[in-house]
Parts: sequence; C-alpha cells; structure tokens
Amino acid sequence: MALPVYASPLERIWHYTYIAICVAIFTFLIAPILIVIPLSFNAEPYFTFTEKMLSFDPEGYSLRWYDILLTFGMTAPDAPRGASWWMDVWNNATWVRAAKNSVIIGVSSTIVATVLGTIAALGLSRPEMPYRRAIMAILISPMIVPIIITATGLFFFYSATGLAGSYVGVVLAHATLGIPFVIITVTATLIGFDRSLTRAAASLGADPTTTFFKVTMPLILPGVISGALFAFVTSFDEVVVVLFVAAHDQQTIPRQMWNGIREQISPAIMSVATILVIVSVALLATVEILRRRSEKLRGVTSS
Amino acid sequence: MKKLLILSTALTGVAASTASADVTVMSWGGSYAVSQVEAYHKPFTAETGINVVSVDADNPATPIKAQVEANNVTVDVADVEYADAIRLCDEGLLEEIDPAILSAAPDGTPAMDDFLPGAVTDCAVATIVFSTVFAYDSSKFSGEKPDSIADFFDTATFPGKRAMRKGAKANLEMALMADGVPAADVYALLETDEGVDRAFAKLDEIKADTIWWEAGAQPPQLLADGEVSMTTAYNGRIFAAAVTEGKPFEVVWDGQVYEYDLFVIPKGAPNLEEAKKFLTFATDTQRLADQAKWISYGPARKSSGALVGMFMDGKTEMGPHMPTSEANLTNALASSYEFWVDRDSELNERFNAWLAVN
Amino acid sequence: MADATADLAGASPAKLTTADGRPLKSALARAQAKARRRAFLLVLPLLLFIVLTFILPIGQMLHRSIFNDGFAANMPQLTQWFVDNPVGTEPDESAYAALAADLKSAAEAKTIGVVGTRVNYEMSGTRSLFTSTGRKAKNFEPPYMQAVLEADDKWADPQLWGTMRQVSDAYTANFFLAAVDLARDTEGKIVQAPEDRRVYVMLFERTFLIAGLITFLCLLLGFPIAHLLATLPLRYSNLLMILVLLPFWTSLLVRTTSWIVLLQGQGVVNNTLVATGILTDDTRIQMIYNQMGTIIAMTHILLPFMILPLYSVMRPIPPSYVRAARSLGASSWTAFRRIYLPQTLPGIGAGALLVFILGVGYYITPALVGGASGQLISNLIAFHMQDSLNWSLAAAIAAVLLAAVLVLYWLYDRLIGIDNLKLG
Repeated sequence: MALPVYASPLERIWHYTYIAICVAIFTFLIAPILIVIPLSFNAEPYFTFTEKMLSFDPEGYSLRWYDILLTFGMTAPDAPRGASWWMDVWNNATWVRAAKNSVIIGVSSTIVATVLGTIAALGLSRPEMPYRRAIMAILISPMIVPIIITATGLFFFYSATGLAGSYVGVVLAHATLGIPFVIITVTATLIGFDRSLTRAAASLGADPTTTFFKVTMPLILPGVISGALFAFVTSFDEVVVVLFVAAHDQQTIPRQMWNGIREQISPAIMSVATILVIVSVALLATVEILRRRSEKLRGVTSS
Repeated sequence: MKKLLILSTALTGVAASTASADVTVMSWGGSYAVSQVEAYHKPFTAETGINVVSVDADNPATPIKAQVEANNVTVDVADVEYADAIRLCDEGLLEEIDPAILSAAPDGTPAMDDFLPGAVTDCAVATIVFSTVFAYDSSKFSGEKPDSIADFFDTATFPGKRAMRKGAKANLEMALMADGVPAADVYALLETDEGVDRAFAKLDEIKADTIWWEAGAQPPQLLADGEVSMTTAYNGRIFAAAVTEGKPFEVVWDGQVYEYDLFVIPKGAPNLEEAKKFLTFATDTQRLADQAKWISYGPARKSSGALVGMFMDGKTEMGPHMPTSEANLTNALASSYEFWVDRDSELNERFNAWLAVN
Repeated sequence: MADATADLAGASPAKLTTADGRPLKSALARAQAKARRRAFLLVLPLLLFIVLTFILPIGQMLHRSIFNDGFAANMPQLTQWFVDNPVGTEPDESAYAALAADLKSAAEAKTIGVVGTRVNYEMSGTRSLFTSTGRKAKNFEPPYMQAVLEADDKWADPQLWGTMRQVSDAYTANFFLAAVDLARDTEGKIVQAPEDRRVYVMLFERTFLIAGLITFLCLLLGFPIAHLLATLPLRYSNLLMILVLLPFWTSLLVRTTSWIVLLQGQGVVNNTLVATGILTDDTRIQMIYNQMGTIIAMTHILLPFMILPLYSVMRPIPPSYVRAARSLGASSWTAFRRIYLPQTLPGIGAGALLVFILGVGYYITPALVGGASGQLISNLIAFHMQDSLNWSLAAAIAAVLLAAVLVLYWLYDRLIGIDNLKLG
C-alpha cells in the first residue's frame, strides 16, 4: 500500500484521500459499537454526553445503570445487600433471568448444532458423498431464508406439536439456525484436511472410532470450536423466533432488549449493550486465536 | 462439553424452581402494569399464596387470539379493550364468566348493580375507565398552549412532531372531532365511506410529521426524549410520567375518547380456577379503588369511586385527572364498541395500507 | 481408478478377482457404494433434523396460504348447497334454510365470528352481518328466506352469495391474489384490488429497492476497505480485520440501539451538530423512524457481509498485474478499471448477492428504527401474523418472499457456489 516513489502529485492526493475515506468507513463501522460504552456510565438518564462527562468530571459518571440491571424485577431491591439480597437478584431480577435463559438456550442449541453439524460436515467433505451440492444447499438454507418466515412456520408447527412456549422448542429452533455456521466453518477446515492421515491410522490398526478421536478430531477441533461459537452467538443474538414461539418463561437477553428499545431506551439498555460488546470481543478473540492455531496445525503459512 | 451439560442442567433446575407461577396475567406494560401489580397482584399473592406473573403485550387481545387459535394458551387472565372483549367472546376464544363469582359491594349491593352500565359482559369484567387523549410537552410551547383537539392537527400554530397510536381506533374519531364534527355525530359519520375518507384526509395533514407508537409506554418516552412535541396517549401514562417523574407534560381533555378496559380469561387457560379467583379478588371494590392510587384511571364500580383519594405520593388529588371527571367530559366521546367490533379489521387494513403508502 | 481397472479387466482374458474370488469390478463398485452410503449416513441425521425442524414447518405454513376452512368447516349445510347447485343458481328457500341452520349452529358453537372473519377477508363489512344475524338465528322459523331477510336485508345481496360460494371451497388462490394486490369480483374474474388497499406490490417494490440501495452502499463502502485490507501486509490487515469482524460478532440489537442513540432527535449526532452551530434546535434532522434510519442501520449491519467475500477474492490478486499495466503505460485509473476491477468481479457478485438476500428478509431493524416509511415486507408478514391475525394472507406473502429469496439463492449457488461461503 505504500506510495511508490514515482507517484504523480495527483496520485499522491488520491492516496491520502483514499486513506481518509478508509478511516471514515472504519469509523462508521466501529463508532456505533463503541459509543454505547461511555454513555452507559452516564450519571444522567440521557443518551448524549453531558458537560460533566466531557470535562471528565467523575460526578458525570456512575454505575447506576448497571445497578438497575441487578435490581430491576427484584422483590426487595432496597433490602441490605447481603447474601439474601444476592439470592433475590439471582432468582428474580429480570435481566439476570434473561441472562440465565440466554445461556441455557445458547449452550443447549450450540451442543445440538455442533454435534449434528460436525458429523454431517465429515460426511459432506468425503469425495464420494452423493448429491453433495443439493444437500449442502438444504443445510445452509436456514441462514438464507428470511427469519420471519422461519419463525412463522415454527409458530404453527410448535403450536400443533405442543413445543410452543417450551425450552425444547426454542433450543431446536436455535440449533437449526446455528447449523449453517457449523457446516460452513467445519467443512472449510476439512478442505485442508490431509486424508492420508486417517488412512495411515487405519493401516496402523486403529478402528474408525479411534481414528476419529485420536487423529481427525484434534485436527479439526479449532474449526469445530469456531463453528460452535458462531452457533452460540447466533442463538445468543436471536430474537424473532423467541418473539414468535417462546413463552414468558423463556425470555432471553435480546428479547428483553427488544422490549426495552421499543418502550423506553433507558441507559440501562446501554449497560446491557456494553456487556454484550465485551462478550463479543471475547468471542472474537477466541475465534481469532483458534483460526491462527488451526492454520499452524494444518501447516498453512501466512503469505 | 460434559461440564457445559452439567452447568446447563443446573441452570435449568434453577430456572424451573423460580418459574413456579400460578396465575399469568397479560397486560399493557409500563406504568399501567405497575399499577396492576401494586393494586391486584401483590395483595392477591399475600392473601392466597398464589403467585402472579405479569406479562406485557402491546395489545393483549392479539396474542390471546393467536394463542387460542393455535391451541397454545399460556396466559390465564388478560386485560383487553371493550371491542376486543366482545369480538373474542363472539369467536368463542374466551371463557364465559359467571357474574355470581364477582363480589358484592361493601354495603351489600349486588355486583351487577354496583358495576357501571355495560361493565360486565358474558366473558369480561371491566376494571377501569381509561381514555385516549393528547398530551404535550409544555416546555416546547412558550406562548399559546394547545387546548383543543384541533390544535393537535395544527402544525402551523403548534410546530413540532406528533406521535399517534399505530392503528385506526381512536385516531379516526379524534381526526373527525378535530375537523369540527361534534362528538355525538362521530360514529354516525364513520359508518359512511365519506366519513372514513374525511377522517383519513384529516390524518393526511399531519402524516408526514407523525411517529407511530405501538406500546402504551412509548408516548411518554417520546415526549421525554424530545422526539415529539405532542402525542396521543392513554391518559394514565402521561399522568404517571408527569407526577412521578416530574415531567412538564400536560393532558388536553378536549376530544378525549374513553372506554372500559376489561379482564378476560382465554379459553383453555392453564390455571382456570386460580384465574377465576384472581378475577374475583381484583375486581372487588377495594382493589379497584386501590388501583387509582397508582394511575389516573377511573374504577368501573360505583362503590369504588368514593374510596378514590390521593395518588400514592400522598399529595395529588386524583379526581381532576380521571377521564370521567365532570370537567374533562365537556367534549368527550365514549368509544363505540358496536362500531369497532364490526369495523376493526377492515379499518385497520385500510389504515395500514394508508400508512405504508408515502 | 475405476476406469483403469475396467480397462485392465477388459484387456486381460482372465478376469481380475479379489482374494475371495469375486470380480474386482463389482467388488470395487460395491466398496464405493458402501463408501457413499457411509458418507450419506453421516449427513442423514442432520438432514432429517433440518427437514423436521425447518422444511416441514415452513411447508406446513405455506399450506395455509391456499387453505382456509374457516367457512367450510363451520357452515357445512350451506357449503353442501353450493356443491349441489351450479354457479349462477339463485339462492332459494333451501339455500336460506341451510344458511339459517348453519348460522344457528355456528352461533351456538361460537364459531360465527370465524365464519364472518373469513368472508370479511373477501368482502369488507360483512363480519357484523354474520355475528348480528347469528344472534337472532335461534328464533328463525320457516320460511327461512323471509326470516333471514327480515333479520337483515343485506343477505339478499348477490355479491355476498358470490363471495360465500368462493370461500366455501377451503382451497383458494385468493390469498395469493391479495398478496399481489388482486382480488376476484363476484363472477370470479381477477381484478385489481380497491385502490386504498393496494399496498403489497408497493411494499415488495420498496423492499427490493431498499435492499438494492443498501447493497450498493455496502459495495461503495466495502470496496475501499476490502482493497485496503487486501493490499496491506498481513500483520496490519489482520489487526484492521478485527474492526470489520467486531460489528459482525456484536449483537444486532446492540447495533440497532446504538443507531437509535446516535440518530434520534436528541441523539449524539444531532446534539453535536447543534452544539457546533451547524444546526439550530428547530432544524434537527429526522434521521430515524423513517426510511433513512432503516437504510443507515442496515447498511452498517450488512457491511461485513460485503467486505468478507470481497477480501477473500482480492487477497490472492497479485499486485504485479497492476504494476505491469502501469509499466506498459496505463494510467492508474485505467489500470484499476481494466486490470484490477475485472478480477474482483466474483467477490462483488458474491458480496452483493449475499447482502441483497439478507437485506430482502430483514425484520428486526426496520421494525425498531424504520417508522412507517421504513417498513419492509417482513414487517407486513409479522403484522398479519401478530396483529391482524390473517394468517393465510401472511403465509401467502411469505410464500412470495420465499420464492424470491430462493431464486436468488439458486443464483448464488450457480454463480458462486455455496461451498465458497466464508465467515471471517
């Protein structure tokens, strides 16, 4: 990207304009995500930077919106903050319950999606797989079909089968939505997979199960984990299916945010948003580390 | 993986133990739901030991209908508007309510005589009278203040964005009244195509300046955020924001459209017996009067009226804030359920088509 | 391999056999069939899972778009009368007797509202006719024609009878017609819907236009970024890539919230502009709760889906090609246009199609920031699902949208191949 020495003045101007454009676009990408972080510490119930915040006066900042996440929905929020207070938070606080639901549903649907998706990806990446293209298209389709159509279909189906308003229903739906991501990441890992390794294992007397767990699995594990993380994030972020098929017992964080955004965006929403941004940074970092590890394992060198 | 499984089972166990609710009540969210929780749910739990779960919806009538038709009812009691109560009842989506389960007034007057006329129907029992009014942020208008329904549609004299409920009901009536139609003639006119056209033509005047809200909690928030300078709203929401949060919001009673809100039990409610118990408890004289401590809606029982006093802050007299107070009824319209039962789906369809076209 | 053995087998007089004496050819074929079966068996559980939790529910939902037995199931006698009598038969006493009996039983069973709603979909203002007559039906005495007409003379309307005949057939294409702003008149001819109800075609057009505009904006913003990432040394581009991937991993609702906070009337952008004196308090720009809000927020949300495929195509393009063009005398613009751009076309195609497909079906963001003018067709499906409860119409609109998306998906598969879908 460095400017060649022979560049004309016009090209120099263009070069710096180009850099400026790119900086602007990166700002467009990132600023909306970062903006919520300082605002979530606002001491006032406003969505803009108060003068005290701009002058870095500590009084302009507070943790009150984070506190609300704990106290909202509690039976006795004003009780002294001892063990029983925390018990109350754990059992009754609306956001804590939503977080618990999100984790339960996210983890369960990730397990279903990852197990089924990885096994299928193993089959799909075999050269002798019949109707590969058509089957792949079907398996990826949950990612492509508009979510409102999926949710509508599930609403009727679950109502008829009694799955509506149950954890199982939401988990199955989220697993379905997460599967394309698992398939994509795991098959991508398997493309670089050296099949002679499994043959070698077989020729040395390992049965297919041993070969899978001792040879294949360790090599594709990074891909499987990033697929699982994608599936988890898909479920963790999903709100439309929850809106259509979940009962009030299964309110998740995004569902709770949906309520909050439509009715009143208190800065409490931004403290949730901040926490979620931190979660996504952590997940992204994990995926990046795994990707590099996987490249190293498969002997792909960075060009 | 194994650890995750154990963790998730442990969490499921916790979640299941906390969700041992016995009656699920679906209502309209925001300060209205708060008033119900304080006046009905908490005392009910204290007296019977039955937990009450409060669930919010933009308009509980639609999820109820969807749930019953899809055969998947999770709600035991729902709070709906009059026309919806009649309609759902007609369609067999509600349990019938035997008036005998309603408690008599403290002085022994039978329930049916104590409730306001029409407040008890085959499938529903009214709790409150509420009103759709318009309200403004007084800090936005330094000189002349809006004081008639026509002012809401007058963006030249009173500049600023407007907000209205996303639906035909109450908007069409208000539009006609703003257009100079006397309250008494509104429904007769709306029965005709010209009347409907005229109402939409009036709405056209402010369409470009209007934000459409869906949940009752939205209008006070839109005013508070400065997104709009005037909005239609349920009067109690504005009252709650003005009194409890000290917002400079003023209600204009001219051209208000008032009606009952009623409790119903959806057909196939999972906890029918508890739901009936709750209904009996929540609609007794004291409970209805108590609710007025939390929000400015008039109780649907004559005997409760006398018990209504101060707001829970102990200094605001509730009387002048009630939709049914004499001073507020000078140019008011009683919402006609006969009209909306029949025309609701048709006019909403037209309203949405109107809204979608720029 | 198989061909080679076949040749061998054909060439030598003594057939090649395996150790247990079977011909090698069939043994190989059998082994291959087994391998194929094994591969297929690995995929089978997931395939069944997807069919059960995804394809089947959607199929079942789509069935509703052509099937609605709200009338037929609750008005059996009148439905039978329509079957027995050809189109054009004047309703006689037997028709009114069937009507009266059905109204009576439907009113008792409290299904009269369902019937009225079904007829009302086709002919506005008829719902109340059914419910009000239903209330009187228990007192009807023969002759029924007179009794029914005394209850309400609207029952004599031939248009009503035409409509009832239409809806007495549970299978109908009328919802599909309604989904594209058409309707049937009393003779069953297809005509345009009344003007104040024509909205679906317009919304489909708007959805495609907005999705197209967003695709274009994503390309406009994504291309320079992808190019920068592709030409920087890997250690820098990996760092910058995080700035692209972070939005990708951040909750949709968080990003939508942020845009509300930024764009609303008292939001960060407007406040900054007012504070710096560019705007005054009265001229704050309405950037949200309208089409603009939908477009800005969706462009932000879909941008990574454009950058990632573009990047994966641009990265392997050797910089020497452009240099060669320059050394042969091309201006930098010509070199870009004639040499670089054509090589990025597969990436542009992949990104644009992906963004367009995802954009067409968006629901959450328009619902939260779109106001009235920023609503897309998905929001209308949700409206008919959750508010108007006209589920058959919702299913019909969904079917049209689904068909459009599947065509695009098929195109994507043909042009780019689903295997080439990459995530980060």
